[in-house]
Amino acid sequence: MIGVVDYGAGNLGSVRNALDRAGLPSRPVATPEDLPGLSGLILPGVGSFGPAAAALDASGMTEGLRAWALSGRPLLGICLGLQLLFERSEEGEAGRPGLGLFAGRVVRLDGPRAVHIGWNRVRVVGPGPLAPPDEEPDWFYFVHGYVVRPDEEAIVAAVADYGCVFAAVVGRRNVWGVQFHPEKSGPAGLAVLRAWGASCSR
Amino acid sequence: MLALRVIPCLDVDEGRVVKGVRFENLRVAGDPVELARRYYEQGADEIAFLDVGASWKSRRILLDVLRAVAREVFVPLTAGGGLRTVGDVRDLLRAGADRASIGTAAVERPALIGEASRAFGAQAVVLSVDARRNGASWTVMSHGGRTPVARDAVAWAVEGERLGAGEILLNAIDRDGTGLGYDLELLRRVVRAVRVPVIASGGAGTPGDMARAALVGGADAVLVASLLHFGRETVGGIKSELRRKGVCVR
Repeated sequence: MIGVVDYGAGNLGSVRNALDRAGLPSRPVATPEDLPGLSGLILPGVGSFGPAAAALDASGMTEGLRAWALSGRPLLGICLGLQLLFERSEEGEAGRPGLGLFAGRVVRLDGPRAVHIGWNRVRVVGPGPLAPPDEEPDWFYFVHGYVVRPDEEAIVAAVADYGCVFAAVVGRRNVWGVQFHPEKSGPAGLAVLRAWGASCSR
Repeated sequence: MLALRVIPCLDVDEGRVVKGVRFENLRVAGDPVELARRYYEQGADEIAFLDVGASWKSRRILLDVLRAVAREVFVPLTAGGGLRTVGDVRDLLRAGADRASIGTAAVERPALIGEASRAFGAQAVVLSVDARRNGASWTVMSHGGRTPVARDAVAWAVEGERLGAGEILLNAIDRDGTGLGYDLELLRRVVRAVRVPVIASGGAGTPGDMARAALVGGADAVLVASLLHFGRETVGGIKSELRRKGVCVR
């Protein structure tokens, strides 16, 4: 059973529909009391960093997510959910911290338009829940105005290019994040969810 | 490098997809859930639903359609038609839409754009501009293209962006359903005037029209309806043709 974190702002329904199609049963998670019995946890995201971080603090999920990740259980952040894995963001309320599971920050995307909306190619640069690097780069659907800037290059598993090259997939061991929306990226996105889901049951 | 988005558009009236010419003489084109699934499987990059029924019943049915489509179609969904309040937008997003397209209500009360944008983010708000050519400029039309509004279409798109719209859906009414090609002059003017993505709509008759919308008009996305509904093209066929013409597609 996969838990999908519900903090009021997310695209919970879309993610759960895609998990269904990928053959992964799921249920919403609002507080740390909902965590027992889950094999993996998804932190979805649409919205902005400050209010999302505040909502996670208020529900106790900031600590819940940290404890979950530090105990070695699988966590996947999607879009804003990826950004929340980092220490801090330039977006909105200055200074409100993220989960800090990865060292680094979230900065404004320096691209041809302020917001990167659409389908872009993702190039694999390291191991992770994506296709092996010898295959043609796949297309994924993005909607974001900020990108993550990890302190450690080694956690970047895939990149995309929108005027500047940015991290599209980051992760290490049990904690992963994708900047695109796998739940809205057609068959390629469902394949990413399936691959991640398979890693949860191991 | 972003791919040009090819967006099949389903005009839905009480649960049936309809399509006419310049918003008139509507013909029934099929079942919305069935068509959405077919276009998704053919490689559509996004799917748009426009409730043209403009009744309480038609809106309820559209929400049911969205819920059904969202369970089996995994690309972004845009929906609109007769939205008047932030609550209307919320209903659509909860039913499974990723973006709401607002037209007439924004003309009547521009503040709605900002309200929806603050509540759900600019990426969830599409300003739908129905434009009719009037000499050397274009006039905004409301109420399904029937009522002229004393606004210039290019200026209205700019205003929409300023108010918080994350995207402009630009429909050239003179071309709608005609297959005569998009209005490239209108498209170029709007693309130059705003920084948000522009979706070209109205007039797609061949994949070549879509290639011109991208390469000449600067469109980020193209809407297509009649060409697909009446079986003359598939999304896959359109994309191969676009690729051959040098347009980047998924």
